[in-house]
Amino acid sequence: MDTTASGRAPVLQLKDIRKHFGGITAIENFALEIYPGEIVALVGDNGAGKSTLVKIVSGVHAPSSGTITMEGREVTMASATMARSHGIEVVYQDLALADQQTVYMNLFLGREPVNRFGLLDRRRMIDETDKLVKELDVRIPSVRATIRNLSGGQRQGVAIARATHWASKLILLDEPTAALGVSETAKVEETVRSLKQRNIGVLIISHSLDQVFRLADRICVLRRGRQIGIRNAAETDKNEIIAMITGLQH
Amino acid sequence: MSSANTSTEVGSLASRFNLQQYVVYLGFLAIFLFFAFMLRDSGFLTVRNLSNIVLQTAPVTIMAIGLVFVMSAGEIDLSIGSIVAVAALAAAVTIASYGMAAGIVAGLGAGILIGLINGALVAYVRLPSFLVTLATMGLFAGVSRSMTDLRSISVTDETFTGFFGSGSLLGVPSLIWWTVIAIAIGHLVYRETRFGAHVLATGDNARAASVSGISVPKIRLAVLTISGGLAGLAGLLYAGRLQAAKYTLGETDLMTVIAAVIVGGTLLNGGKGSIVGALVGSLMMGMLNNGLILMGLSVSDQMIVRGLIILTAVAVSLRDKSR
Repeated sequence: MDTTASGRAPVLQLKDIRKHFGGITAIENFALEIYPGEIVALVGDNGAGKSTLVKIVSGVHAPSSGTITMEGREVTMASATMARSHGIEVVYQDLALADQQTVYMNLFLGREPVNRFGLLDRRRMIDETDKLVKELDVRIPSVRATIRNLSGGQRQGVAIARATHWASKLILLDEPTAALGVSETAKVEETVRSLKQRNIGVLIISHSLDQVFRLADRICVLRRGRQIGIRNAAETDKNEIIAMITGLQH
Repeated sequence: MSSANTSTEVGSLASRFNLQQYVVYLGFLAIFLFFAFMLRDSGFLTVRNLSNIVLQTAPVTIMAIGLVFVMSAGEIDLSIGSIVAVAALAAAVTIASYGMAAGIVAGLGAGILIGLINGALVAYVRLPSFLVTLATMGLFAGVSRSMTDLRSISVTDETFTGFFGSGSLLGVPSLIWWTVIAIAIGHLVYRETRFGAHVLATGDNARAASVSGISVPKIRLAVLTISGGLAGLAGLLYAGRLQAAKYTLGETDLMTVIAAVIVGGTLLNGGKGSIVGALVGSLMMGMLNNGLILMGLSVSDQMIVRGLIILTAVAVSLRDKSR
């Protein structure tokens, strides 16, 4: 399996990341590198700090200390808009889709192209959306369909397609299949795997270790804000990861 | 692939032309046919009467455009009726001393300013628009009463009354011009601009809009300001047509405007709406008004019948939209 594409600069490098909320330490001494085309899973129990880390990388929270480097350049992430301008996209747990709008309007939500008269360029939005959902094999009835008429898996597909369209460097996936059935989960996992060919880094949070082992190249374990370790998925097993998550000896 | 495309087209056609979107047109047609038959000898179908309906409806239509934006963004504006009176009085008083141009600025300015106050309280103090505009509705109803001590102010500037009321251009009455232009611009902005898309996204899912980089507070401020400005314009139209301004102007319009907008297919909770639907809804309300008068119903009976019909129309157009 082609994993860390050695010799290339990581798309994202986190060094000595700490985050305090008042007197409480949410994250201490976190370090992680994600390479282009690599899928890294972030696992840990509830309250381990996964969400805080996602918020740091997506610009919602600034770290209390530490550096974030993208392709060798140190960056600051003061807002979600800044994170987006660095090529980072997030697929939120609740998907952040506008239910009564069409698929194509959601794909371009907040970034709608306009023609020279300042009017929405629907043709372009429809064409680009159509092309993308075909490439990612997201099976929806039409890009003109309204989101609320789609199934959970189709919505997740649209949310991932949107992230894929805009992310040039990194996609964060927060529990992408938590609400899905078996076959829909398989479809979404296939879509996530196809992101590797686009040379985008993927950071995925999942409670399902089976899923983590199906998708991830490397697995990073957090416990109570501390980084317990990073393992190559091919060189570890579920027992070791569970022991790392729970802190119980095996 | 081609078969998949065909079924796709059929599916989207079916979903686009569902009954609900027709309700306003069917209701319009039903009421029209009912009156055309019942009042065939009472002059309902004369060109004069029908164009009168459109002229009388103009201020309600203009306010309805603003409310489509407000409701699509998931907010409400209950203060439009009070804004109409304040704007009309501000314009009338100013025209008397400083002339037409200053009067227009005063009228529109009053509407925009009240809209800005509503919008700032909703967007930045984060109070619910229902409560904010309920309060400003009462507040500015008081202001309009105290502005001229309940007196009516006449508007004698003929350029003004022509422009906003009784005049015409190319044989078309100015109130129809106002209606057509406002609907055209409103529809274009609502359907074909990024702003319109952001209004819909905000009303649909404010969090999604926000994480997509849309400034939700700015959208909320903007829609309430637009609504205030258009209510101000409606005030000018009333002052122009009646050649006078009084605190009672717009007093009873709120229910009519809300009914027109909802019957016209705009969701109360935001995310979906139609400017053209609001126009048809507004004309429907005007036709209802007109027909009931021609049928000779007493004022109290008119109110009861109108209330029942609005209730029915709203119930039909809201049914299973929340599914």
